[in-house]
Amino acid sequence: MLAHAIFFYFFSILAIFSALMVITSRSTVNSVFFLILDFISVGCLFIMVGAEFLGMILLIVYVGAVAVLFLFVVMMLNVAQQKQSWFVGQKSTHIPSGLIVSVLILLELLVVVGGWKYKENIMSSSNLVIDTSITNTHSIGSVMYTDYILYFQLSGVILLLSMVGAIILTYRKRENVKTQSYLKQISRDKASAVMLKDVEFNKGVKIDD
Amino acid sequence: MEYLTTLINEIYKILFLVIPILVSVAMIVWLDRRVWGLVQKRRGPNVVGPFGLFQTLADALKYIFKEIIIPASANKTIFILAPIITMTLALVAWAVIPLSETLVLSNINVGILYLFAISSLGVYGIIMGGWASNSKYPFLGAIRSAAQMVSYEVSIGIIIINVLLCVGSLNLNDIVLSQKNLWYVIPLFPMFVVFFISALAETNRPPFDLPEAEAELVAGYQTEYSGMMYAMFWLGEYANILLMCAMGSILFLGGWLPPLDIYPLNIVPAPFWMIFKILFLFFLFAIIKAIVPRYRYDQLMRLGWKVFLPFSLIYVVLTASFLLYFDKLPKGSF
Repeated sequence: MLAHAIFFYFFSILAIFSALMVITSRSTVNSVFFLILDFISVGCLFIMVGAEFLGMILLIVYVGAVAVLFLFVVMMLNVAQQKQSWFVGQKSTHIPSGLIVSVLILLELLVVVGGWKYKENIMSSSNLVIDTSITNTHSIGSVMYTDYILYFQLSGVILLLSMVGAIILTYRKRENVKTQSYLKQISRDKASAVMLKDVEFNKGVKIDD
Repeated sequence: MEYLTTLINEIYKILFLVIPILVSVAMIVWLDRRVWGLVQKRRGPNVVGPFGLFQTLADALKYIFKEIIIPASANKTIFILAPIITMTLALVAWAVIPLSETLVLSNINVGILYLFAISSLGVYGIIMGGWASNSKYPFLGAIRSAAQMVSYEVSIGIIIINVLLCVGSLNLNDIVLSQKNLWYVIPLFPMFVVFFISALAETNRPPFDLPEAEAELVAGYQTEYSGMMYAMFWLGEYANILLMCAMGSILFLGGWLPPLDIYPLNIVPAPFWMIFKILFLFFLFAIIKAIVPRYRYDQLMRLGWKVFLPFSLIYVVLTASFLLYFDKLPKGSF
């Protein structure tokens, strides 16, 4: 039990520390790196509880894909400069709207946390029947694809919709872009590709049109 | 006291896993260069030691004695962290690779997900190295390679789903044992080919070595690295290649199982078969490095998103409907 406790406190302290560093570190790239560390330590906590499937999925989806894109955007956009121009510049119009949003969120949190009452034994973990012969991947699957199939599929459809929407919003057809057409390349033959021309002196031939 | 003995026991086991891997990485670098040389009618490294086997050790020694240069404008912490992360991730993944039914450091339930997660973390070493160098070529190389690795992970994930549909378990030993009668390379041959090509792209091997395309980007994300830090990137890369070969042999070539369960073959110890299959896949990697020209970047992206992704998705549907129609779906847990 001792080793378990040591690991638990190690990972949870790491998680809280990196979560604090995400919001306090000066450089945006550093805060993304701390976000990644946070994801990893939370994933490790999941694995410690025995939810190894959730932990691995957290690692694959958030660390392996989402955070990479975060890092991409932060590295490319040079956010530090923008922050400078937003909050330090002469006409800073973002602070009032930011204040309103953050006060609203604080009030919401107060309402939610303030109405929270402690109830004993509403679901004691010792009463839960856990079938150890089934791995938790199997049990998650059997719940998700039977009782909650509608919600599961609907959330998939919503994700697909947002993906299509994002592509439509950003897609624009550009003119004069040279692209490789495999069909065109393969369907070339000798008759259409090679021709014999009498070239006039000092005139040359016009190609590639 | 009890904890201490467990701890020492585990460290002992881990050392006996890590040291052979490091040695085999060194040997495999030699094999790679040798095959490359022979394809091009050169001799390859053949001077240091018997057949040039100690060439990599000599190289490593040279790297150790070289000075480590950290550029003045680099972000020091991340610059040093990047090769360490690459190397560590490449070695950590080996914890779940079974060399035989019992010879595995930790036989976890979600082994294949663990492998997939670790290989998807591999991209961080490259991005961090490229960004922290604070220089144009490394940054461009890092961005290229990040896009490349994220793209090809998607198709590798879907290929894994194909295999998992036939197995019904995420445990690597179960995956191997379910291939007792038929290796998945036969029914899922197209997926094996796609997996192999995606593995080439995932490990930044030729013909997909765009992150370090010499002609365009000097050496990509490694440009500013020198000495032991460069060597760590390099070792991590080869350990990753070995890992991908191990993954391929577990998913498709029956892992530590002999090809046929008949007399002369089944007395050969199981780890031998695993090593043999890894070496076979690595030989293919090495040959491909020698005989295929480099892809252009847009061609690489097209291959990943427009060819492999739809193809492997269609194959998932095919496999699932085949299993459902002939009532071959794996029942319950093992």
